[in-house]
Amino acid sequence: MSFRIGVVTFPGSLDDRDAARAVEMAGGIAVPLFHASDDLKEVQAVVLPGGFSYGDYLRCGAIARFAPIMNSIVTAADHGFPVLGICNGFQVLCESHLLPGALTRNSNLHFLCRDQKLKIENTNTMWTTGFKQDQEILIPLKNGEGSFQCDDETLNMLESEGRVIARYVDFDPNGSRNLIAGISNERGNIVGLMPHPEHAIESLTGPSTDGLTFFTSVLHQLVGR
Amino acid sequence: MALDTVTTATQNPDTKQPFAELGLKEDEYARIKTILGRRPTSSELAMYSVMWSEHCSYKSSKIHLKQFGEKAVKSDALLVGIGENAGVVDIGQNYAITFKIESHNHPSFIEPYQGAATGVGGIVRDILTMGARPIAVMDPLRFGLADAPDTRRLLPGIVAGIGGYGNCLGLPNIGGEIVFDETYAGNPLVNALCVGVMKHEDIKLATAHGTGNLVVLFGAKTGGDGIGGVSVLASETFSDAKPTKRPAVQVGDPFAEKVLIECCLEIFKADLVIGIQDLGGAGLSCATSELASAGSGGMQINLEKVPLRDPSLSPEEILMSESQERMCAIVAPEKIKTFMAICKKWDVTATVIGEVTDGERLHITFNGELIVDVPPRTVAHDGPVYNRPIKKPDYIDQLTKSKFEVPLPTAPDEVKAAILKLIASPNIADKSWVTSQYDKYVQGNTVLAQPEDSGLIRIDEQTHLGVAVSTDANARWSYLDPYEGAKLALAESCRNIATTGAKPLAVTNCLNFGSPEDPGVMWQFAETVRGLADAALELGLPITGGNVSFYNQTGAVAILPTPVIGVLGVIQDVRKRTPMGIPAAGLDLYLIGKYNGNLSGSEWAYLHGEIGNASPVADLEMEKRLVNFLLDGQPIFESAHDVSNGGLAATIVESVLKNKIGARIELNDVANALFSETPGRVLVSIKDSATNEIVNLAGKYQIPIYKIGTTGGTDLEINLAVISIEELSKAHTETFPKLFG
Repeated sequence: MSFRIGVVTFPGSLDDRDAARAVEMAGGIAVPLFHASDDLKEVQAVVLPGGFSYGDYLRCGAIARFAPIMNSIVTAADHGFPVLGICNGFQVLCESHLLPGALTRNSNLHFLCRDQKLKIENTNTMWTTGFKQDQEILIPLKNGEGSFQCDDETLNMLESEGRVIARYVDFDPNGSRNLIAGISNERGNIVGLMPHPEHAIESLTGPSTDGLTFFTSVLHQLVGR
Repeated sequence: MALDTVTTATQNPDTKQPFAELGLKEDEYARIKTILGRRPTSSELAMYSVMWSEHCSYKSSKIHLKQFGEKAVKSDALLVGIGENAGVVDIGQNYAITFKIESHNHPSFIEPYQGAATGVGGIVRDILTMGARPIAVMDPLRFGLADAPDTRRLLPGIVAGIGGYGNCLGLPNIGGEIVFDETYAGNPLVNALCVGVMKHEDIKLATAHGTGNLVVLFGAKTGGDGIGGVSVLASETFSDAKPTKRPAVQVGDPFAEKVLIECCLEIFKADLVIGIQDLGGAGLSCATSELASAGSGGMQINLEKVPLRDPSLSPEEILMSESQERMCAIVAPEKIKTFMAICKKWDVTATVIGEVTDGERLHITFNGELIVDVPPRTVAHDGPVYNRPIKKPDYIDQLTKSKFEVPLPTAPDEVKAAILKLIASPNIADKSWVTSQYDKYVQGNTVLAQPEDSGLIRIDEQTHLGVAVSTDANARWSYLDPYEGAKLALAESCRNIATTGAKPLAVTNCLNFGSPEDPGVMWQFAETVRGLADAALELGLPITGGNVSFYNQTGAVAILPTPVIGVLGVIQDVRKRTPMGIPAAGLDLYLIGKYNGNLSGSEWAYLHGEIGNASPVADLEMEKRLVNFLLDGQPIFESAHDVSNGGLAATIVESVLKNKIGARIELNDVANALFSETPGRVLVSIKDSATNEIVNLAGKYQIPIYKIGTTGGTDLEINLAVISIEELSKAHTETFPKLFG
């Protein structure tokens, strides 16, 4: 059977159609969700896509967290519902306190778009089971505020609990603490990732097809439920 | 100040009016009085002054631009031609593509970030207005010397502005150019191209008809920014004597534009508009007069209904404001409820500000008082037309007679040093510092982006149909011979399209020049237009529209004549595109096309302070055969890369560096072979097994081909000169970070 995966569109979301394409290519059914409604439309997982929700005004993700759809997502996520936040979606997850830390301005102060190598360090989350431990992947990174920051206590917690799911390899693109590219919550159902797996699903348009595994992983996990 | 109504204007015919300050000449002011049969009200004066400015009225260029229509080939592919917001081209499978380039040069010099940002915003709204979803942008840029202090102010700001706006709209930036030359100091060129896609039945036009239909203003509220911005700034030469015009630069809000795009596309899908026009240069003055004159002519606007960001704005200022992210639509009364509901869904402010009326006059009232009563055509289309004096500048003959020499390397270590010097020079160096600030991935359809020969976007995921776009200009050749320069730019742009495997289909342009009041500049312009029209005719391509930017001049120094030519191509299967980078070892390298060793206008000459004495002469018959050769040979090409700026040396190095696969090359007359920029050439790699096919193709299309080497290894070897890929990469990539941080 096919599973329904929601893709949320906030005003200013940009990679929503790309995330939907990735869901479909992985074998799921992509269901558009609109920020202004709290209806999850019976989806079994949700993707918060990249973009500039509300123009990134105030702070990235700071306004989006108050959208009606986020109330439903926060409640569902507390019960183990899988959520993937990509780029701006990661920022929304941090602002919603579903994930710790914050994403700040890149250390060189420029927007940066590049093909970035990552190492997958936790293959037990809902979104990463398809990877091999320490697998290196190449997917696009594109953001202006991707520098992951948190206090020492949080950093120790993330590291000791194995919640750093991906780390930048060979090149530090933004000054993130411990080169962190993505993290998960304790339970492993919520993942935030700064680079863009939805842009690495076809060799024609992306640097690799490595990104597809995030979407096939969650579909396999849903089968197992 | 009391409201200057039509009644007041009639009763007080002798009131002194600031027409000169608004940029109108005395005879132009007199003409307005003749049209109206009285003096204009201050609001009417504001409208005429912005709409009759050089930027909006094309008053100096119109007489020449006519050729684009007169010489045009008959093309079934052209669905909407010159005169609308942007031309529309049929690419098959019921898809239509609209594309256009515009300049935002003057605002970007004054305020680099906002000037460049709103340049992107403006061209994107032009594309959206046609009914299309914008799918990609490109930015050809020109600056003064790379190490000049002002370039360090302008370039980072302009690049950040383009990125800041375009990235936030979710539009992949797939190409462009960056060129440095001292003549652009004080007059940087910021040209922005946008491409959009729609189905044939979705094409929208800027027209207002049907008495009783409503005029709706929607998008951002109107503020005091950019009053007289584009229209006045772009129509005057900068000089030190005048006060600063900083407040005239518009401020952009890309988030407002992003929701406006989604809102418009939903409105189009529901078929809710009769006509639509974006608000750009000249704001409401332009939108109302153009919509009305393209329809039956009658329109009534209640100006006090316009939602304001700054409530202190006068009616004149409301009419002239160039606040960004606004659109004006004509909507039938029975559809207004649905229209408003969609605007509400996207939190877009929408206000009915008037209606289409019987008759042929545009009436604008402010709180019930009539302040504008004009025939709209006289504002929008009947501006002055100048046949400005033309004189071939003296420098042409002086250069033609001059001899020029530049040092040429001969020994292997000299060749190596020369190549490293060339590829590290700002015009040839790697531009990743710039392009990495642009999102090329968003929308998930980017097949090729800079530094490839053309940007290539997939249009249909099922059928694999795609389009290619390229922009090109060689201003040095245009300086030496503007007629040939324009032809060569179009030929190069077509070649770039064909090099990636797409078929050239249509042409747009952005013509950047100095002051039209200088007869020498006007001659350059006239020759350029003549060359472009002739070349388009000979190549069988329609010109779908364009943009003219004059007054790129500080004091007596005009910029190099810079016609930026954009070509759109179609590719039936994007999976078959040809990339520029050498993909594997063991391939044969062929140089396609003949070179003549002339270094005039080349980068190598420029690096030695020389411009040369004569432009190459375009051989369009050969270029046509070359395009067909490239399209026919596409299945056997493993890579293909155009030879242009920097000559074969730059082409080889870029092909090697893309995938870091070396090459071994043998050349006769090595220095001229490497650095001459003879047009009409492409470097391709093929498998040994395809030798017969390439030879047959060369015979069929009468194109000379030369096997110059093979691929593989970790070095680039040219005769006895050996350069490691590491050395090449370092030289090529270090320049921009060193210059700009």
